[in-house]
Amino acid sequence: MDETLVEFIKRTILKIPMTEMMTILKAWNFLSEKQLQTVNFRQRKESLVQDLVLLCEEKRASVHDAALLDIIYTQFHRHQKVWDVFQMSKEPGDDIDLFDMEQFKSSFVKILQRALKNVTVSFRDAEENAVWIRIAWGTQYRKPNQYKPIYVVYYSQTPYAFTSSCQLKSNIPLLGQALTVASKHHKIVKMDLRSRYLDSLKAIVFKQYNRTFETHNSTTPLQERTLELDIHMDSRIIHENRVEKERVQRVTQETFGDYPQPRLEFAQYKLETKFKSDFNGDILAERKEPLRCLIKFSSPHLLEALKALAPAGIADAPLSPLLTCIPNKGMNYFKIRDK
Amino acid sequence: MSVLRPLDKQPGLNTATILLVGTEDALLQQLADSMLKEDCASELKVHLARSLPLPSNVNRPRIDLIVFVVNLHSKYSLRNVEESLRHVDATFFLGKVGFLATGAGRESHCSIHRNTVVRLAHTYRSPLLFCDLEVRIAWAQGKGSQSTMGVSRTLLRGSSSA
Repeated sequence: MDETLVEFIKRTILKIPMTEMMTILKAWNFLSEKQLQTVNFRQRKESLVQDLVLLCEEKRASVHDAALLDIIYTQFHRHQKVWDVFQMSKEPGDDIDLFDMEQFKSSFVKILQRALKNVTVSFRDAEENAVWIRIAWGTQYRKPNQYKPIYVVYYSQTPYAFTSSCQLKSNIPLLGQALTVASKHHKIVKMDLRSRYLDSLKAIVFKQYNRTFETHNSTTPLQERTLELDIHMDSRIIHENRVEKERVQRVTQETFGDYPQPRLEFAQYKLETKFKSDFNGDILAERKEPLRCLIKFSSPHLLEALKALAPAGIADAPLSPLLTCIPNKGMNYFKIRDK
Repeated sequence: MSVLRPLDKQPGLNTATILLVGTEDALLQQLADSMLKEDCASELKVHLARSLPLPSNVNRPRIDLIVFVVNLHSKYSLRNVEESLRHVDATFFLGKVGFLATGAGRESHCSIHRNTVVRLAHTYRSPLLFCDLEVRIAWAQGKGSQSTMGVSRTLLRGSSSA
């Protein structure tokens, strides 16, 4: 077997944490039960990996087998990548063809191979009519670099595809073209949405995060909640601004709902606006060109943090719509210009 | 304009009322809880308010001590306290007002300079304590480690009525 391939398999297996080793190997389904039984899983990791690699060599693992293992590892560790979102669209007059997964896959591979002779493309079907695609890029003269692949998760019943941010950015247009043509769409656009949490991106884009139903009796649960607060509180503590507190709770609930928020790590605002100042004769206010400024909010869980701002007393309620529109608009990158 | 005056009501029999003013409700709640756990010569009641003026339609006892809580990490909380100070009568500042600046332990998070609060307290001739209510160990100015309990103890002993 090719030395580089053996090395790649070794490094891929080494990445897998010991606690997940059995699960991932079983999901891979390349080494049989019998073969796995011959391996001692209690030895040191380096020796275990060597044994496993030997078994793979015996069974003559191919590049595609190795790529499949890489996909499975990434599926288990999807948070290690940062995901972008692409939206495709059809022309208004286009026929609605029935989606054929096999045709999509062969068309996709053909387009990439026509442009770049050396490219490794692997597919793994997933639930909800989704397919995980792994692409290792090469050039006309160089073999594909297996260590810098790009992953695409395409939901075939929707116009959305999620891609892991790739260092080799020059291939993105080609990828976009392949996706669009193979899935019989006309245009592809990158959305201003990015996060490590693929499931949260899905929830935002497919509008699955809003699971409560709107009722007219929305005041009743709030009253129950405030009653709950009273019982736990010492009667010697009196809240002077109870009315205001209730208003803030109500506004927060109306804006964010009762459900858990999808998880994003940041929101970025690029401002290109003229400087506004209360002082007369301010030098900055006299500038004719807009002031350029970048504001970034980061958090382990941005939307939950925003939801907690007003009740914690750190900000006024209601919050700026620029912050609260993030899940609705499906954006966390904004460009703000003067109207 | 409703202004808080220290002597406009009769004092309650064997009771003391402390008013905590600050934007961050959770911190005020925490401070109030630990104050109530302390031994106090009179029956203690704690009122929590986000800002002044207080709602006018409420019947409340005479306030014996006001503590303005400023979070050094938030300019918003300082501005809130500065606005609220306008609704306090000048005679209150004869020993019935104190300032508490929290978040002092984490210098990197502070967006308000210590001197700003020092000057504020000096302007109003009232004592100032630095602490960190959000961390288990807090520092009172120049006194080493104390917990939130220690802060409340200091406040209760320092107030001229409790």
